[in-house]
Amino acid sequence: MDCYLAGLCVFLAGAVCLGLLAVAASFTPPRPRRSRRVNALGAGCAALGCALGLGGAAGALLDGGDAALRLPWGLPVGAFALKLDALSAFFLLPVFGLGLVCALSGGMALRGVRPAEHNLAAHWFFFLLLLLGMAGVVCARDAILFLLAWEIMSLAPFFLIDFNDGDSKVRDASWVYLVAAHLGAVFLLAFFILLWQVTGSTALTIEGCAPLTDAGAGTLSALFLLAVAGFGAKAGVAPLHVWLPEAHPAAPSHVSALLSGSMINAGLYGLLRSLALLGGTPSAGVLGALPEWWGWFLLLLGLATALLGILKALGQGNLKRLLAYSSVENMGLMFMGVGAGLLGVAAGDAWTALLGFSGALLHMLNHAGFKGLLFLCAGEVLHAAGTVRMELLGGLQRRLPLVGAAFALGAAAIACLPPLSGFASEFVLAMSLLDGASFPGVERQLCLLFTLAGLALVSGLAAAVYVRAYGATFLGEPRTGFAANAHATGWRGLWPLALPAAACVAGGLFAPYFFDLAAGTALTAIPFPHGLVTDLPDVDAQMRRSLAMVSMVGGGGVVLAFCLFAARGLLLRRRGVLREKTWGCGYQASSARVQYTDASFSEPLARLFAPFMGLRTRGGAPEGIFPDRAAFSVAAPDRLRTHFFAPLFELVERVCNACKILQHGKIHLYILYILATVVGLLVWGLRP
Amino acid sequence: MITLTSLFSTILFLLLLNNLLLLGAPGIAPLIRLTAFQGILLAVLLLGMDHALLACAIFGIKGALLPGLLERTRRRLATTDEPRPRLHLGAGVFTGILGLVFSLWLETRLPILPHLFPPLLLPTALTTLFCGLILVVGRATAISQVIGYLVAENGIFLLGAPLMAAGAIWFELALLLDIFVAVFVMGNAIGHIGETFDSIDTGRFRSLRD
Repeated sequence: MDCYLAGLCVFLAGAVCLGLLAVAASFTPPRPRRSRRVNALGAGCAALGCALGLGGAAGALLDGGDAALRLPWGLPVGAFALKLDALSAFFLLPVFGLGLVCALSGGMALRGVRPAEHNLAAHWFFFLLLLLGMAGVVCARDAILFLLAWEIMSLAPFFLIDFNDGDSKVRDASWVYLVAAHLGAVFLLAFFILLWQVTGSTALTIEGCAPLTDAGAGTLSALFLLAVAGFGAKAGVAPLHVWLPEAHPAAPSHVSALLSGSMINAGLYGLLRSLALLGGTPSAGVLGALPEWWGWFLLLLGLATALLGILKALGQGNLKRLLAYSSVENMGLMFMGVGAGLLGVAAGDAWTALLGFSGALLHMLNHAGFKGLLFLCAGEVLHAAGTVRMELLGGLQRRLPLVGAAFALGAAAIACLPPLSGFASEFVLAMSLLDGASFPGVERQLCLLFTLAGLALVSGLAAAVYVRAYGATFLGEPRTGFAANAHATGWRGLWPLALPAAACVAGGLFAPYFFDLAAGTALTAIPFPHGLVTDLPDVDAQMRRSLAMVSMVGGGGVVLAFCLFAARGLLLRRRGVLREKTWGCGYQASSARVQYTDASFSEPLARLFAPFMGLRTRGGAPEGIFPDRAAFSVAAPDRLRTHFFAPLFELVERVCNACKILQHGKIHLYILYILATVVGLLVWGLRP
Repeated sequence: MITLTSLFSTILFLLLLNNLLLLGAPGIAPLIRLTAFQGILLAVLLLGMDHALLACAIFGIKGALLPGLLERTRRRLATTDEPRPRLHLGAGVFTGILGLVFSLWLETRLPILPHLFPPLLLPTALTTLFCGLILVVGRATAISQVIGYLVAENGIFLLGAPLMAAGAIWFELALLLDIFVAVFVMGNAIGHIGETFDSIDTGRFRSLRD
């Protein structure tokens, strides 16, 4: 706890300093040297705070003990109550770990920024606030403090996304983010007010929420739905995901990485914490008292989100937007895990219960690693080539070998290739659904079977999406001057990527240890029914054995691959090796135009799924012996945004405009409103 | 011989009458005169309640200074005639009488410590407050709206009068100073508004609403 608090103090002190510097910078002429110093200060404070916090979180996880802190709070309601328990420490790992990487990477990326265009002090001020907010959210044990930290965490990204505010698309994206964040906050506000009304206390502890046992099923379900809507909006669960593909591509890459790898996890954390509070009342027989449909709801919502996310990713031509949709998909998988966990609890199935919850937690941790790595690689591509539109890129592997290798590693991990981290967590999630046959009722068994098939489909599509992303960007020949003239980045600018890359490898090779960590966290954070607790250690041991086997085989595969690679090098050492253009097929006058584009790669899948997911394909294959000029494109416009949210907000605007009849500018009538309200309230309050 | 209670009741009655007259007054000049008269009545009332020092201050500020300032503003603007009021004068007086009836009903319903308010003081204070607000709502010019605020403040002042302990005098004086500054600033602002827009009819400021 001490290290965690020290980290928070560093963030706070850094934010105060940088806030003052940001104000000072607005009134003085820009100076490059000062801007570089401010950049170093901001990145240094963020990195130091994250390193301290990471130490604190890791210590808390290894010690296993809870630490709490209460400070005087000047407000009439609420309390300044922080607690670092296993669940908080687990969620702090990506916050501080990825925060450290993004701070270092961002510090390097922003070194060359012109001070006349960007106020770096303000940027780092909001970056530190974001870290402070995230660290506060996962440790707050009071509703008011939680909402305060949540609001800081939600507001800071608005200014971070708006970094390149000269671009109108970036400004639009930041506004879309702000509206979505506050819509989610409205649901959360309603959730906490209802919780407060029922329990009579703002404390977010199982003891504080004990009066929930007397609450009716309707109240509990209303609380559950509000929590899903509020936390789901932050996590990017469909249909509230629309902000994610707008905001993440618009932000600078180190910010996108942090938002995608860490901030959206706050949604999952909030959901898990509220489930523990709603079902964790000691006298209610713990989680077992919760209705079964909650589990089905989360499972199907997660599956729908995952399918929507990955199919939309398939149609994206912008690499960062593709990664953003992929985050939607991964959040869907985590929600599926939580749903499976709840179903297991409701059905008394220890296997599904433990593997569902721990699979979701493990996938959250792994997702932070590979998504952070991929976003930072996309940032390097943008920096080197000036664009992330895949149709303009290609052949970057030869120009940016380190970035290409890191992206390939991240893509392999997220596409669930063994022995990397993504495979381990999705394996646990799939195993949790595998025990569907022991559920009572054929309809339940069938439904779980279909969900398992859905998970497999999502994983397969993810592999296709990342083969396409890596292939179109890094392999083949440069399609345009953007890629041909890309300037290489040396290892000095890329070493922060080593940490998430190592996490991708370690998450797979040491999967049993990470699973142990996730399962231990789930066991302490989720109040499992007493009937299940006895079976849980067996499940834990069995899964660990399976993962150890996977890791061993995977590790063996890696060693074998290295051996083969070395042998190949040895055998080819004294022979001349001729290199041909990729997809050249022996054709002598090959050019970049004959190679696959991102659209043509996804064409078969896009045509297959077009009716379901609103993918739009245009053009077709050339025909005849002497074909004409042909073009083909795949687009994935977000129909939810254009056909649901846009008309909805237009309707709201019309209603608000209609209400302007009350806001007519006549001051005396405004006073009449006040007079009428006062008289009305007096009559109502004093009625016999 | 007139007893103190009957003097008190007479002043309260005069205050009520003054309120209704304010609502029925057709121009700005009579409004200012009636406001001055209300200030004097308040001072006499305070004298009856043994607050001599405060009574002098009230007489000076509410009876002379504020009406004087308003009169000075009126003359500077050279608009003696009030534009057609939004609420017909008769309707204004009728609403004031409704306010009086509502205040009498409120007196029976409000949970107040017994013997805190002398008889009829609470309904008079509430009626004054309502009449002030009706003036603000019903009149068109900024200057008559300022008078409305002053009358409403007089109502609040009357409500606070029985609660006054020795220490509260300073609080009340500070409040009066606030009002004084507000009216002073408003007077100047109205002057500038009159110069800029060639009118002090607040209905013409509608374009400033968004």
